[in-house]
Amino acid sequence: MQENVIYGINGPVITVKGRTELSMSEMVYVGNAGLIGEVIRLDKDAAVIQAYEETSGLRPGEPVKSTGQPMSVTLGPGILSNIFDGIENPLELIAASAGSFIPRGLRPSPLDENKLWDVTVTAKVGDFLNAGDIYATCPETAVITHKVMVPPDVCGKVIEVKKSGQYRVNDTVVVIEKEDGEKKELTLCHKWPIRTPRPITERMSLVKPLITGQRVIDTLFPMAKGGAAAIPGGFGAGKTVTQHQIAKWCDADIIIYIGCGERGNEMTQVLNEFEEITDPQTGENLTSRTVLIANTSNMPVAAREASIYTGVTIAEYYRDMGYHTAMMADSTSRWAEALREISGRLEEMPADEGFPAYLPSRLSEFYERAGYVKTLNQSEGSVSIIGAVSPQGADFSEPVTQNTKRFIRCFWALDKSLAYARHYPAINWNDSYSEYLSDLSQWYIENVGEDFVSCRNELCSILAEEKSLLEIVKLIGSDVLPEDQKLIIETARVIRVGFLQQNALSDIDTFVTTDKQLRMMRTVLLLHHMAKELITKQVPLARIIETGLFDKVIQIKNNVTNENAADIDLYDNEIKSVLSGIRE
Amino acid sequence: MIIEYSGLREINGSLVVLDGVKGASYDEMVELRLDNGTVRTGRIVQIEGERVVVQVFEGTKGISLVNTNTSFKGHPIELSLSPEIMGRVFDGLGRPADGLGEVYPVEKRDVNSSPINPVSRVYPKNYINTGISSIDALTTLIRGQKLPIFSGSGMKHNELAVQIVKQASVADGEDFAIVFAAMGVKNDVADYFRQSFEKANVMDRVVMFLNRSNDPIIERIITPRCALTAAEYLAFELNMNILVILTDMTSYAEALREFSSSKGEIPGRKGYPGYLYSDLASIYERAGIINSSKGSVTQIPILTMPNDDINHPIPDLTGYITEGQIVLDRTLDSVGIYPPIGVLASLSRLMKDGIGAGYTREDHAKLSDQLFSCYAMVQDAKSLAGVIGEDELSAKDKRILEFGKRFESEFIAQSQSENRTILQTLELGWDLLRMLPREDLDRIDDKTYQKYYLK
Repeated sequence: MQENVIYGINGPVITVKGRTELSMSEMVYVGNAGLIGEVIRLDKDAAVIQAYEETSGLRPGEPVKSTGQPMSVTLGPGILSNIFDGIENPLELIAASAGSFIPRGLRPSPLDENKLWDVTVTAKVGDFLNAGDIYATCPETAVITHKVMVPPDVCGKVIEVKKSGQYRVNDTVVVIEKEDGEKKELTLCHKWPIRTPRPITERMSLVKPLITGQRVIDTLFPMAKGGAAAIPGGFGAGKTVTQHQIAKWCDADIIIYIGCGERGNEMTQVLNEFEEITDPQTGENLTSRTVLIANTSNMPVAAREASIYTGVTIAEYYRDMGYHTAMMADSTSRWAEALREISGRLEEMPADEGFPAYLPSRLSEFYERAGYVKTLNQSEGSVSIIGAVSPQGADFSEPVTQNTKRFIRCFWALDKSLAYARHYPAINWNDSYSEYLSDLSQWYIENVGEDFVSCRNELCSILAEEKSLLEIVKLIGSDVLPEDQKLIIETARVIRVGFLQQNALSDIDTFVTTDKQLRMMRTVLLLHHMAKELITKQVPLARIIETGLFDKVIQIKNNVTNENAADIDLYDNEIKSVLSGIRE
Repeated sequence: MIIEYSGLREINGSLVVLDGVKGASYDEMVELRLDNGTVRTGRIVQIEGERVVVQVFEGTKGISLVNTNTSFKGHPIELSLSPEIMGRVFDGLGRPADGLGEVYPVEKRDVNSSPINPVSRVYPKNYINTGISSIDALTTLIRGQKLPIFSGSGMKHNELAVQIVKQASVADGEDFAIVFAAMGVKNDVADYFRQSFEKANVMDRVVMFLNRSNDPIIERIITPRCALTAAEYLAFELNMNILVILTDMTSYAEALREFSSSKGEIPGRKGYPGYLYSDLASIYERAGIINSSKGSVTQIPILTMPNDDINHPIPDLTGYITEGQIVLDRTLDSVGIYPPIGVLASLSRLMKDGIGAGYTREDHAKLSDQLFSCYAMVQDAKSLAGVIGEDELSAKDKRILEFGKRFESEFIAQSQSENRTILQTLELGWDLLRMLPREDLDRIDDKTYQKYYLK
């Protein structure tokens, strides 16, 4: 085979002269240092490679070795609780061998090859294994059982099985004979190309919510399991805190958290915090259900582009085992910028703001990998994607936000002015929407309370009314409003401060059950309705406010725990007795 | 043996192109020797076969296609490091500029460094007491943080930076040092910093890298990298706590834009290159603490927002990378309030873990939340007063407005030599909140209210 050598170098873009045998998206090793790269363009007389590592020091004439394989990730036990870079290099292993700074050309195996797993082999000789069938299981962490599956492109008859026992990831546990007679040894892991979605049996409709414990999300703008959501916001608006909160508290089985071109310290924070927090559903440490992918802003830009695909491929792998996975990508704008940077180096014709013309199609390919599906082995699983978007200048009309909006159905718009007033989460209730609302209504009615949806809608209409009233107040002050409109403003304040605002740092308030959310809504509305009735009887609003009930209701979030949510009834009783006192 | 190439093929802005070069490596350092004996430095920014493109830091003025001999150094740009760099002054490329001779290197390091492995980072938690109320209480600076000052031309960002350096150094004790990098600043600004450091008796703990406004523009692209390489050496090798001041990042970004356009790259927003984010990140992300060393690198980059526009690409992208920002406010500045910190737009992301019981005081988070929230209401009341007049305001709006006036004149404002302790600052905050009745304080729970408000 002819040897390929480097001809040109321009940042992460490497050219190889001549007609080569390289194929599109093939993984290659570049230069004497063996940097990982991927073929991104083939012309009649040159191949273009993007390098996933810093190219400083490369010389023309150094070899480019082909691998014959597309960019792939290794999937097997040992992924959970681990932290990888954008192309699945295990960062802890790198730190152990190379110190605090990341050197180049290091290619440790992504999964610990020496660790022994307690494997239960479930396949028997003579079984026919289809693609995706489970042939062995092992406990991966305290809460997750890893199900070892036949790769999606393989099937055959079992001709040999090992006894259940302790095995390493690369040990053969089952041998199958394919239809063409070829024998295939199955280990505990297999590889899958990151840019190809893993096959499924069928997509199912999205009818279950992803409960996050965040009131503004669960109640106002709910997210479905298998759905796709975007959190756009300028810097300082609280994207990362919102992502962290969802990662910590949402009821998915597995969390894949991707730090894509973001701050290094934030990844450290996730690492530290997740070790300290106990999962409310399992009672175990949060890290036992989490995978971190850290490609911080100073790590190579091409690996940043790949990190999103690495993450979603891992999410699909666990989905195929029948788990509900949720993937947070912080931030997809950095990924889009990586696309733009590479595209610029290739001298492609730019579209909006220098982004390549294929930005929308790449975005849609990515978000379409979310879904609630029936897997190849007929179990149900889901991949939910929550992508943060960092629009330049907090301007939502820029291309990444606009194109993302087309492919997601849940939009949590963060608002700088709310963040300035330290109203967190700074999700603006006027600009945000969730198209999943109607699909999920049935679930909320059956599982939380019959009046959940009606309460939610009334809350929204009060907030909408407040918005239009505030326009007037801005011009002429609030004193001139009639009493019933003043009440709207006062109730809306209770909703904003007492319900929408949620303190991530408070033990009581950081996670709230849907039951407590419903009870809080009921109390707010009870107060509103009774006050409204008094006002129709000519009682001035000031007298009702004097009772201090509005401020008391605001404090419910700080004073009533999830376990004692029924205590909110005491507030109801107080409202009733105090307000009926006014009546007399 | 080092081969010299005679002559050039092409000159374009700060870039020169050579043909027939063998064995050059990407990012390699290049020396250009002119016929008149002067030497300029450059680095390779693109290779295509035997054609290489070299970026010349000192500019190409006086270079012709025939009067230059070029040699390749075989390594990227390196900085000579030793403990003796303390107290020294270097030019923008890290060469001694104080006439005290070369640094005898204990170690040479590539100025580009490698990224810190996220698992080796230690999450920054120790707060730095700056003695400035609006920073300590509301946007607390944490050791290992990168917290820029967003300013505008004519505002007092240099004074603020000096005050932070002076007052933070007191609390820190011995192994504290400052690395100061100037990119395109005026001579008198550079002198102001030097004199202030001398007055504060810290000059022997300062390393300066100076690229003044009349120095070569492309050199600025290397200046912050030299400064951070020195900072990393002092922090992670010699276990010191380093405060890095980078000023002015706007000049840096403009130099980058000039370089990018002469290279013919496709521009992103406002002509800045599409990789401005990655490039700025490669500077800012070099702040932090790692678990193999006791030292830390804290960064205070200063940037002047063109036309005071916080949405301009430079402050915008900076804000996405740094852990918060201190924004100076033109309105406060014009009424003579120093430091003119616009507290609502300012933020410290690392603050929440570095304050409270065990660090500052348990009520700190609640107090700062409440001050922010009240001051946000002040803005609403002000704009309403602008429409209907102050007299027509409701009683609540009037007292909020009164609170705002005292907050600005007593809490934000302080003299350049006033060094407040954190307890003084917190008590001052409570004093102001006591102007407002309980029902206006929606961020404070009953316990905190009893303990601190009613005290």
